[in-house]
Amino acid sequence: MGIELKAANAWTIGDKLATREAYGKALVDLGDQNTNVVVLDADLSSSTQTKLFAAKFPDRFFNMGIAENNMMGVAAGLARAGKIPYASSFAMFAAGRAWEFVRNSIAHNHLAVKICATHAGLTVGEDGASHQIIEDIAIMRAIPTMTVIVPADATEAYQATMLLADHDAPTYLRLGRAKCPVVYDDSYRFEIGKASILKAGSQVTLIACGMMVSRALEAAQALALEGIDVEVINSASIKPLDSKTICESARKTSKVITMEEHNIIGGLGEAVAACLMESGVGADFKRMGVKDIFGQSGDAYKLLDHYGLAVSDIIHETKSILKRSN
Amino acid sequence: MNTHEIKHKANQIRINSLKMIHRAKSGHPGGSLSIADILSVLYFGGHMKYDPKNPEWADRDILIVSKGHSSPAVYSALGLAGFFKIEDTLSFRSLGSSFQGHIDRMKVAGVEISTGSLGHGLSNALGMALAARLDSSPKKIFAILSDGELQEGSSWEAIMAAAHYQASNLIAFVDRNRIQLDGYTEKTMGLDPLSDKFKAFNWEVIECDGHDIAALNSSLEQAYTTKNKPTVIIANTIKGSGVSFMADQVKWHGVAPNDEDLAKAVKELEALV
Repeated sequence: MGIELKAANAWTIGDKLATREAYGKALVDLGDQNTNVVVLDADLSSSTQTKLFAAKFPDRFFNMGIAENNMMGVAAGLARAGKIPYASSFAMFAAGRAWEFVRNSIAHNHLAVKICATHAGLTVGEDGASHQIIEDIAIMRAIPTMTVIVPADATEAYQATMLLADHDAPTYLRLGRAKCPVVYDDSYRFEIGKASILKAGSQVTLIACGMMVSRALEAAQALALEGIDVEVINSASIKPLDSKTICESARKTSKVITMEEHNIIGGLGEAVAACLMESGVGADFKRMGVKDIFGQSGDAYKLLDHYGLAVSDIIHETKSILKRSN
Repeated sequence: MNTHEIKHKANQIRINSLKMIHRAKSGHPGGSLSIADILSVLYFGGHMKYDPKNPEWADRDILIVSKGHSSPAVYSALGLAGFFKIEDTLSFRSLGSSFQGHIDRMKVAGVEISTGSLGHGLSNALGMALAARLDSSPKKIFAILSDGELQEGSSWEAIMAAAHYQASNLIAFVDRNRIQLDGYTEKTMGLDPLSDKFKAFNWEVIECDGHDIAALNSSLEQAYTTKNKPTVIIANTIKGSGVSFMADQVKWHGVAPNDEDLAKAVKELEALV
């Protein structure tokens, strides 16, 4: 199926909205374009934004109640019967609670269910640690054949949602609750397996995903004022990882900092580290992320700052890595 | 096929299952023997539409075997139904074989969904039932569940949801053999009163002798008339059914017969055939 991107859902760089909002709009556009698209939710449709699809296509929307395991199993059955299921819940439950159903009902059956998980990471905010999953990238990328995508903004989330309809592999799409700045306009085209260089630079490579991409850009601008030239890469496609783009940049700068709204264990940072090591690219390296501790209640952006993911932290780490001698 | 011929096929399923498990030196005889009659009725009793030459035929009926450890019985039934040569199944559980320890849809024609981890299959079946309804397809979705797997909470999520969505095209069997790995179900984690539980969840409930071909036939005929809700056929079975020394014995849940056991079992079953 050819994907038609709707102009009405083009955003301007600097607009602020959550990736889940773009996801909800994309589902409606998909529903118009393909009658095989079905959507499942587990009593969170107002939060995940699948309510937009539910209102327009009630026959193709299945609210499965607060029962995520069954939701994933039913999604697998729908896919086996030729439907294109998007199954949504909060990331804590879609990835955490239902992991074994994702693994066995979906992935082991080679069924291209799209697991679209919102409210991922610290920026769930006030709900606190019980809902702030910082392990989902790790546990999802560990499943054989699973694609893992973490969009940086609304534009990318919208495009990823649309593209997944044609993607013939189980996929985990990690979406956020909090608003974040749009970094791509309508001229951008997201591709699975491709990273995007948002700002070219020569001294340090900053590799980010999700909410941290706009923060990396902000840090890059501040550093430029001090004469420090960094490259900013958005690695939305965590699996498959764009090793070519990442290695080329690391060869150029010899200094790599990864940043993600996720535990430092098992996420983007470790994926990039493995890629560099196995490619024989030597580089000074730093992982920024949640340092193996649980979160807490608070304002989404203040939480990122509190757990060491502030723009000032990126600036600090960049200066630190520049001081390391090779 | 008449009931005698269907029973004959069921015993062939039993014999081949035991040969597979014996050759592999591992596998699950008890639960394979207990569902042999159910499988035989579905595949050879005219209840399921299928085409072994075109396993993905769009108008086929669907069977999901949620108790994936009963793979020997499933492979034997599919072999007898013509999906592949039944001799091939003797590579069961060996490296490189298509015939995995638990059923794998990517490797064996006719297997609709890979299972093995318990408590998944009914959810998968419900998904396929909802898809059939969206497609206005008259196809039927059958599922075979173990009784032990009803201890998984996810089973009850699926049972609740199937009734909520009034999935009348979904017919589930429970292989009520009352034995699980550690012992009798009622001792390990009681399931009774099982019929009442399904009734309370708004299912149509039919109980029958799971080894009586005529009773299984008529239970299915009755299930096809159910409106606006799913049907469960609680098939009262005997684990290890058909072999005197395996019948209702906990130890035959997951132990392979040795040469002597196999010879004795096959002799008994061939006498029935």
